[in-house]
Amino acid sequence: MGEMLSVKNIDVYYGSIHAIKNVSFHVNEGEIVTLIGANGAGKTTTMHAISGLLRPKNGEIIYCGQPIQKMEAHKIIRLGLSQVPEGRRVFSGLTVQQNLTLGAYIRNDGKEAIQDDYDRIFELLPRLKERRNQSAGTLSGGEQQMLAIGRALMCKPKMLLLDEPSMGLSPLLVKEIFRIIRDVNRDGVTVLLVEQNAKMALEIAHRAYVLETGCVKMEGDATELANNIEVRKAYLGC
Amino acid sequence: MLTFLNHLINGISLGSVYAIIALGYTMVYGIAKMLNFAHGDIIMVGAYICFFAVSTFGLPPIVGVLLAMVVCTVLGMVIERLAYKPLRSAPSLAVLITAIGVSYFLQNAAQLLWTSNPKIFPSFLVVTQQNADGTQTVKSGIQFAGGQLSVSYATLITIAVCVVIMLVLTWFTEHTKMGQAIQACSEDKGAAQLMGINVNTTISLTFAIGSALAAIAGVLLCSAYPTLVPTTGSMPGIKAFTAAVFGGIGSIPGALLGGILLGVIEIFAKAYISTQLSDAIVFAVLIVVLLVRPTGLLGKQIREKV
Repeated sequence: MGEMLSVKNIDVYYGSIHAIKNVSFHVNEGEIVTLIGANGAGKTTTMHAISGLLRPKNGEIIYCGQPIQKMEAHKIIRLGLSQVPEGRRVFSGLTVQQNLTLGAYIRNDGKEAIQDDYDRIFELLPRLKERRNQSAGTLSGGEQQMLAIGRALMCKPKMLLLDEPSMGLSPLLVKEIFRIIRDVNRDGVTVLLVEQNAKMALEIAHRAYVLETGCVKMEGDATELANNIEVRKAYLGC
Repeated sequence: MLTFLNHLINGISLGSVYAIIALGYTMVYGIAKMLNFAHGDIIMVGAYICFFAVSTFGLPPIVGVLLAMVVCTVLGMVIERLAYKPLRSAPSLAVLITAIGVSYFLQNAAQLLWTSNPKIFPSFLVVTQQNADGTQTVKSGIQFAGGQLSVSYATLITIAVCVVIMLVLTWFTEHTKMGQAIQACSEDKGAAQLMGINVNTTISLTFAIGSALAAIAGVLLCSAYPTLVPTTGSMPGIKAFTAAVFGGIGSIPGALLGGILLGVIEIFAKAYISTQLSDAIVFAVLIVVLLVRPTGLLGKQIREKV
């Protein structure tokens, strides 16, 4: 189990705001790693720095041995690093099917292989199948989240970045989404999960990092962190 | 009744030209969220290129049209690259003023290159008939109802071209990878990038398509109104922009509907109310529509769930 992604001492600015300060962490192949933290801790900023939507001012991001901190977002995904963005951001004017097809945008391994993956996605997310010709804007929040995950999986990623997949969903749907994330991981996809819902995130993750006002405050084994008194007080409410 | 029908056909034909121009406005607005006021002047450039190709160099009309399309496509992409791309994250007002600047630049460059003397655009949308006695008759249209209703070939071809363009463009945006990329970028550039779509290339492609359509529109426009001057494109450009807003800017069917309606209203206003007031009436209708439906006739309603 080698290091798949390692973020080394990155600084990211939003205009003049120093949002991420000297943050380092890594994700090993096959793991689920979670970044937890409150609103404004810099979780999404970190995600955007990895996927290329934002550029870090200093520091390095190494993915599969290759520095990617200066690479454009549309090239990073071609390396097999796919992101499910915060707020799902499905293409609401397009159908479910068209959204999935766009997920496979970078692939050119033929229609049949892509068709097999539609079937695989619909097996994983059966609700989408019934709605495949419906426009994505008419889906419920949970269905949109599933679509966003399905879309990100269509490019056959080696690693999946998930940004707050539980946001705005009912507890039942959150459970469902986390079950899906675990299934995806079991199929061999490495997962980096950013969450405010620390309880659920620590339940499925192998390791975790706690982000506070742009800095890594704590790190360690997920179960250990879940039992840590400070974490329990600040993030688990007990 | 026949005069009414005649006006209606002419209105649809003029509206078809507006619709083709409006497509360029609406697609570029959809993806780049900017109003490309230089679009009207690309029409003029297209018409000049076709004029010189056919009149000066004696090339066949179809070659002239294709040449105009190629030149306009390149011109549109160059304008986007040089004038608009550096302003991608600038305030929209800066982009708007730049677009107006590019429009003036094109008009003045045309004046410098080709002078402001009007050129008479050749009427090549005609059919030459070989008579039995060896003479030739040039027919510029078809007569119906014993000559009371005459429809020119230019009119028919304009409408046909508009229909073909609409069908091809709808197929392109719905069923091709590039078309889907344009739609994805129009909705959410960040998410589109996460799919692996190169946003800059896609915007450039949209300008290319819009400009090629502008070249076709220029040729069709000048076939109907053959006086060609460097400001030929500006009024149709403004009207097509109006048509795009009328139909709902950002919407391809909206551009068609807005364009056709605008053309028909304009011709009817000219025929039945007043020639001088026709433009005022067109814009008055626009104002009323926007008061009732601020997003235009087919504009997207905000219906996203959060």
